[in-house]
Amino acid sequence: MTARGAVVHWARDAADANRVIVDVARTHAVDEVVKVKSMVTQEIDLNGALADAGIAAWETDLAELIVQLGDDLPSHILVPAIHRNRAEIREIFLRRMHEVGRPAPTELTDEPVVLAAAAREHLREKFLRARMAVSGANFAVADTGTLVVVESEGNGRMCLTLPEVLVSVVGIEKVVPTFAELDSLLRLLPRSSTGERMNPYTSMWTGVTPGDGPQEVHVVLLDNGRTRALADEVGRQALRCIRCSACLNVCPVYERVGGHAYGSVYPGPIGAILNPLLKGTGDPQTDSLPYASSLCGACFEVCPVRIDIPEVLVHLRTQVVDARRDDSVPKPEAVAMRAAGYAFGNARRLRWAERVSGLAGRALTRFGRSRLPGGRAAAGRLPGPGAAWTGARDLPAPPRESFRAWWRRTKGGRVDE
Amino acid sequence: MSDARSEILSRVRDALADVDPAALPVESPPGAAPTDVLTRFAERVADYRAEVVRCSPDEVAARVADSLVEGSRVVVPPGLDVDVANAFVDEGLSAAELDRVDAVVTACRLGIAETGTIVLDHEADQGRRAITLVPDRHICVVRAEQVVADVPDAMPRLDPGRPLTWISGPSATSDIELERVEGVHGPRTLIVVLVDGNQSTSTSVGDRDGS
Ligand code: SF4
Repeated sequence: MTARGAVVHWARDAADANRVIVDVARTHAVDEVVKVKSMVTQEIDLNGALADAGIAAWETDLAELIVQLGDDLPSHILVPAIHRNRAEIREIFLRRMHEVGRPAPTELTDEPVVLAAAAREHLREKFLRARMAVSGANFAVADTGTLVVVESEGNGRMCLTLPEVLVSVVGIEKVVPTFAELDSLLRLLPRSSTGERMNPYTSMWTGVTPGDGPQEVHVVLLDNGRTRALADEVGRQALRCIRCSACLNVCPVYERVGGHAYGSVYPGPIGAILNPLLKGTGDPQTDSLPYASSLCGACFEVCPVRIDIPEVLVHLRTQVVDARRDDSVPKPEAVAMRAAGYAFGNARRLRWAERVSGLAGRALTRFGRSRLPGGRAAAGRLPGPGAAWTGARDLPAPPRESFRAWWRRTKGGRVDE
Repeated sequence: MSDARSEILSRVRDALADVDPAALPVESPPGAAPTDVLTRFAERVADYRAEVVRCSPDEVAARVADSLVEGSRVVVPPGLDVDVANAFVDEGLSAAELDRVDAVVTACRLGIAETGTIVLDHEADQGRRAITLVPDRHICVVRAEQVVADVPDAMPRLDPGRPLTWISGPSATSDIELERVEGVHGPRTLIVVLVDGNQSTSTSVGDRDGS
């Protein structure tokens, strides 16, 4: 890249990377930059750093624009505004567009075509004016120094082509060895991500092209925990991720809780392993992520680059547990698990526990009124520490008779009940 | 920040201490091998809601003229070898000037049949990246010998030293309730003129309904 006229910077962490970008912006005395949708600039909170330096960052991906104007956070890798419906989007456009640029037309309806046209007008003004752009990259090619951005709207092409100065932030895991090796990745990414044979636009550029596009090109190679993830022999496979989002779309947990519940830039199954790998264990929020899975394995099945997410989840759970083993106050789960281990360890103890739970089931169903889909009785609110759990969920009541008791009574179903 | 560089690289080396450095060759799976590359190309491009016009070499100028709306302002790159009436040649128009242009006519580097993609490498017959981006209508002339079967066939024919733009249909988004909308920032209309020595025919979205 250097040979082709690009300036290469290395960044150990978010602070390093943001400093480089703010410096470039200051050198050119710009007070606004246009941005191509990129997870990595969210990871380092570039918009925040630019705002602190008095520089406005305009998101130009339609969904990112909706998220930004709505003072909101993305909830999906591919369609960050999937949690917003068309009426909300219309409302956001009417309320906010005029504060930051060309206003939304007053006759704006909630038709997606009309909303998209409003975004086109609003953003075109910014594209034509912008002197500096910031992008990420889907891939970087080692042998040629080429960067690749895959997109559909054309906002990427606008940012990569029209401004005078371009800064691209590239995680060091994005590097592929040769140009020829892009071939498989370019075929995999659109198919796994949107189900298309090819996405509408892919841009590739190598440094500066005289007379065409930005004449000053910077590349920030970012570590920010990637070498930590690389050092984890089981976890390092997560660095292969091409952010196609297929694992989110099949994940039953993601489907229920949505992207915001992960409390991080990378949601879903990949986020559940990537965040702890990048940041390490210790923070309660990050430590909870490896547990946000039923280990059903659907994410592994769809992943085009064969990341064994369940394997890494289990591995990370071990790390979390090991890191907490010496906590002086045991967690309620640890107590419960120890009790369960004790009960399951011996047949007589288990029989006794089952009898108690059957009694509890009878008692709980008496107080609880609700029924779960399928007709099974739900227990009411649990008293004591269990209340937090049942506050937002139905707890299926324990069955009145245990399987083992039923087996003894009916000889495994051979005797009529 | 050369110290950051050596620090990161040494972290990478430490992290990979247990790994055999011999790089495994990555084998790319073979691409598709359709029997009729041109027909597949035409179908796949049309599948992306672009219009495809097939014609013989002496019809190119006429078909290009048909694709333009009368009276619109048309820009062409300096090296284009198709006559476009009333078009002016790009000599470094500013982005704001380009915004007042209605259409652009270019050649391409190659076409990929399996994925319905045209690839521009922005040589003189295709022009700067900006001219195929800002105007709303893009007419791209593709010659039969430029069409390859699949992505693996395309890679060795491309020069990574040049800027490359891969285009598969017009600009599109599905960001609002996953409903597909064409044309957000790039050209909203893409017309591919495929020059293959046959009589002219045209394929567009409507023609393929029920097929
Ligand atoms: S982990 Fe696999 S499936 Fe999930 S986003 Fe990454 S590449 Fe796609």
